[in-house]
Amino acid sequence: MYPDDRRYTREHEWARRENGRVRIGVTKFAADRLSDVVFIELPKAGAQVKAMDPFGVIESVKAASDLYAPVSGRVVEVNQQLMDSPETINQDPHGAAWMIVIETGAVGDAEWEQLLDSRAYEDLVGKEQ
Amino acid sequence: MTRTTEWHPHKYLPMTAAERDAMLRAVGRGSAEELFTDIPTEVRLRRPLSLPPALADGDLLAHLRDLSERNGHADRLTCFLGGGAYDHLIPSVVWHLAGRAEFVTAYTPYQAEVMQGELQAGYEYQSMLCELTAMDVANASMYDGASALGEAAVMARDLTKRDEVVVSTAVHPHYRETLRTFVQHLGIVVREVGYEDGVTLPGRVRALITERTAAVIVQSPNAFGCVEDGAVLAQTAHAVGALLVTAIAEPISLGVLQPPGAYGADIVAGEGQPLGSHLSFGGPYLGMLATRDAFVRRMPGRLVGVAADHDGRRGFVLTLQTREQHIRREKATSNICTNEALNALAAAVYMAALGKTGLRRVAEVNAQRAHYAKQRLCAIPGIRPAFDAPVFNEFVLRTPVAPEDLNVRLRQHGILGGLALHRWYPELADGWLVCVTEARTRAEIDKFVAAVSEVVS
Repeated sequence: MYPDDRRYTREHEWARRENGRVRIGVTKFAADRLSDVVFIELPKAGAQVKAMDPFGVIESVKAASDLYAPVSGRVVEVNQQLMDSPETINQDPHGAAWMIVIETGAVGDAEWEQLLDSRAYEDLVGKEQ
Repeated sequence: MTRTTEWHPHKYLPMTAAERDAMLRAVGRGSAEELFTDIPTEVRLRRPLSLPPALADGDLLAHLRDLSERNGHADRLTCFLGGGAYDHLIPSVVWHLAGRAEFVTAYTPYQAEVMQGELQAGYEYQSMLCELTAMDVANASMYDGASALGEAAVMARDLTKRDEVVVSTAVHPHYRETLRTFVQHLGIVVREVGYEDGVTLPGRVRALITERTAAVIVQSPNAFGCVEDGAVLAQTAHAVGALLVTAIAEPISLGVLQPPGAYGADIVAGEGQPLGSHLSFGGPYLGMLATRDAFVRRMPGRLVGVAADHDGRRGFVLTLQTREQHIRREKATSNICTNEALNALAAAVYMAALGKTGLRRVAEVNAQRAHYAKQRLCAIPGIRPAFDAPVFNEFVLRTPVAPEDLNVRLRQHGILGGLALHRWYPELADGWLVCVTEARTRAEIDKFVAAVSEVVS
């Protein structure tokens, strides 16, 4: 259910490594729990983010939550389409609904090792369900 | 007496002895005293409150009347005092409608959608406030003008992700104090920019603002009654990516002045008391907050929206509540969740009763009477205007007699004089802020001028 080509945070973000960069989104668990997402606020390209600090806000008909950066680095890409059609997050959370791409520095590896693999994440959400 | 064990609330008494016993039995305690055993005895009051004996109805009314007659208020004195609270005429219809029991007793709509009347009132108020300010969206009200300005500063910080605001010293001193209180623990730096000839100079603002500035905050008409050059101030703020926050203490002025939305203001925060609320010794008043569509998600407070129900009928809802503290907790746009629904309703009735033409007319009469009074007062030897900038219904004069002494003497003529400004502006030791609304007749103004003339000569 949760792809093993990426890692996960306890706050329900996913992170996938792509040639020294990290693509970030939220998990299907988070999307389902939030229900219909109506608004998303993402940083601008060039912004610095810090591991486990908020980098944006996701708002559904039920709640508004912070988005936490799995790793530190500089934002190099932002999914602009997502801001216009936030419902994509409910439709394809692990694919088309990626949010930002971060270029990580040297600390990236250490932070990466702190993240959960797909099995550990499944255990986590299994407990929360 | 048949009710001994069951819970039957009495219609008028909040709690009878029988009910108290029933509750104590339910929690397994013998007396109310036992409920307070956790409170250390040394901090407890071990004697009855020292209150005078109860008065009979008639005696109580007479006593309260005696007390109230010791007040000097705008109903007894002829009021030329403004400075943030304005003595306007209120059409009878305003409180005839707003004073209906259904509205007066309505508490916070926790089940908002079953209170369609309350929500519609909020919606109408918001819509009219948007028209008045030429902004896109207004909330259902905040506490008062000063706290609305504090909220606007926080909103600007959140929108721009910058941590400094630049506020003109021509913004009402109480508003600036409240602003500082609001932001002092939020890491927002407040810098002040001085005024010149009664207004905020864009050049001075330009010299002070940087890439860190979230907002330039001005008031128009400002604390001296002077009208600011909103368009140039908006351009100045926008040039560094800052927002323009306009405070409005006298919304009646918008009947004749350009609305903030038209000159590029990003957030409007103001005081709605002049729109149908009585002076009431300073409150409850009405905090107004309006902004642009793009900023709505950072706007604090309740927001009423219009929607369609299951059968397609028009209905009203509280919208964008995910921003609010009961859902977003410490990340909420604001942690003040109370508003001033009754005063907002009065403002809606006031604006609806006057209409566009009526409001313009009221504003014109304010401006005409104020300018007439200003002209006549300035003809008195020794009195001169402090500033040349255009004004609406308030203006600062320099007087040869200390303004506070002048006010004491005017009180003997049954007149409530203007505001002595030296408390907040030492450079204006002889500065006297006079306000003339549509509630002052030509005869009252002439009497006022004669009295001032007598005192200063």
